[in-house]
Amino acid sequence: MIRRLWAGGDRKVTVGLTVLVLMLLVALVGPVVVGSLLGQSPTKLHAGPPLAGPSGEHWLGTTSSGVDVFAQFITGTRVSVFVGLVGGTISTFLAVVFGLVSGYHTGKVGAALTGFVNIFLVIPGLPLLLLIASYTRGRGGWAAVALIIGLTSWAGGARVKRAQTLSLRNRDFVAAARYSGDKQSRVLFMEVVPHLAPVIASTFLFAVVGSIAAEAGLDFIGAGNTNTVSWGTMLYWAQSQGALQSGAWWWFLPPGLGIALVGTAAGLVNFGIDELSDPRRRTLRTGGRPKRGPKRRKVNRTEVAA
Amino acid sequence: MRRLRGAPFVQRIGFYLIAAWSAVTINFVLPRLMPGDPASAILFKMSELGPVSEQQEELVHRLFGGARGQSWWHEYVSYLNGIIHVDFGRSISFYPATVSSVVKSGFLWTLLLVGSATVIAFVIGTSLGVVAGWRPGRAVDSVGSLVSIFLHSVPYFWVALILAYVFSFTLGWFPLSGGADLGLVPGFTPEFLNSAVRHAMLPAATIVLTSVSGWMIHMRNMMASVVNEDYVLLAQAKGLPGHRVVFSYAARNAVLPSISGFAVSIGMVVGGSLLTEMVFNYPGLGSLLNQAIVNVDYPLMQGLFLIISLTVLAANFVVDSLYVLIDPRTREAS
Repeated sequence: MIRRLWAGGDRKVTVGLTVLVLMLLVALVGPVVVGSLLGQSPTKLHAGPPLAGPSGEHWLGTTSSGVDVFAQFITGTRVSVFVGLVGGTISTFLAVVFGLVSGYHTGKVGAALTGFVNIFLVIPGLPLLLLIASYTRGRGGWAAVALIIGLTSWAGGARVKRAQTLSLRNRDFVAAARYSGDKQSRVLFMEVVPHLAPVIASTFLFAVVGSIAAEAGLDFIGAGNTNTVSWGTMLYWAQSQGALQSGAWWWFLPPGLGIALVGTAAGLVNFGIDELSDPRRRTLRTGGRPKRGPKRRKVNRTEVAA
Repeated sequence: MRRLRGAPFVQRIGFYLIAAWSAVTINFVLPRLMPGDPASAILFKMSELGPVSEQQEELVHRLFGGARGQSWWHEYVSYLNGIIHVDFGRSISFYPATVSSVVKSGFLWTLLLVGSATVIAFVIGTSLGVVAGWRPGRAVDSVGSLVSIFLHSVPYFWVALILAYVFSFTLGWFPLSGGADLGLVPGFTPEFLNSAVRHAMLPAATIVLTSVSGWMIHMRNMMASVVNEDYVLLAQAKGLPGHRVVFSYAARNAVLPSISGFAVSIGMVVGGSLLTEMVFNYPGLGSLLNQAIVNVDYPLMQGLFLIISLTVLAANFVVDSLYVLIDPRTREAS
């Protein structure tokens, strides 16, 4: 699917994928590069003068205790991106499973699952996250944080998929498949899921971004482990040590921009997914309304699912 | 088989009652699943602040468990009894005030701030989404979508920091923190309302800015898929005026998932507003939660968590009921 997105030749998708791959790369090798190639440390105090602006020595300036901001930003990418990927994967998986099944079944199973989804839906994710984080007090590291984020954030995605499944299950082609005696799992995966594919893909992208933001929010309040270097803890220290009042924009701008950059890249890729899943829209993009004849091309559902 | 007209409604009430019970129960189970002994920690903190009566000790154990030799079931029943009587014990950070009185003091602030900001964001975002999604790929769509995606990805609290920096520190247009000028008595006086609105501007702007794009993206995507549906084409072929096709045919159908998403997003917006409130020190639930976290005030944290959950639950119930009214396709299955 990624190759086809790339081959689509859309500039937005190319830019989005490039940024995401770059971020992943930074997350993987960034801390090593910062340490061994640049000789900077994200934790070393008084590596430079306090609150120095960007310079050749310190590319993004320093904090109030003279720590190199660039080193912090690059190193912090790892925790943020990893939490995003793991949390987003858990969240999306649960959202698809619960959304599909609870939307498709009209009987007792569906009712019970819908109730279950509703229960998780009414527990707002962030307060629950904060509550659990305050009880655990940073035990378990970033993996535990990612797990908690994933487990507390799937209900919204499930709800949207449930609503779409509810609407889809009464459409003719789904009903036809059902009444022709297809197995339920076949109907779900061959008829319903392809229609949800763009929703699922964008759910994943936004779940990753959401997890990154949730982790940052947790750290920003100081409910996470303030000793780890992440984009969230950078903002926590910037806020608590008065970066705003000292006008040290180089301190609080990069972490927020980092989060926004990943999110924007994910959004750009989402555009491509939309067009991939609906070829009719591709014709729209290149010029005017699509021509429509009696022989309108039927969207190849299995192709979309691939 | 045709159901009685009232049956789905009764069912829905049933669902939400079970959901409410679950929220209450999660609140009970959570501290008991966590490592350590929250009850002892709370009692220790309380004894530092003042004498702890037998009755209070009993209450803390009821809310947070602990080695008292009682069965979970017994604790659970008395916990539920306390909840029914709106008794969450005493806050530690505001000792000796009760949790319910502390929560009550912040509730109205948050409700007004989040309520108005959410409605404004939904209306603006959905309208923009209609415009962008009607002709996907045009300039309005491309530029608007790019900006909205960026705004959607920016963390709430970071936007709050930037707005505070620009409009409060640098330009001095709005007050930096609080809900109204100190010394003003809350009430329907022009001075107080004026001050309250000025204090709410930046937090509200933060919430609107960061959530408007979510509605827009959502609506744009739904519009983009609906414009190619046959009934929209038919409407165009019939020669209906453009605005009728856009609003009565396309937007009307495209907005359904957005309304369903509205309920979900109330929870997210409330969550995001908590962080925003912390930055601006707005006297709502978010700042209280911040206090609770900093002071390890488990009773207050629990009370806040419960009231936020129940409020979001109530909002969901209302939106869910509306959704069934406007989309007949879901009626059969709901």
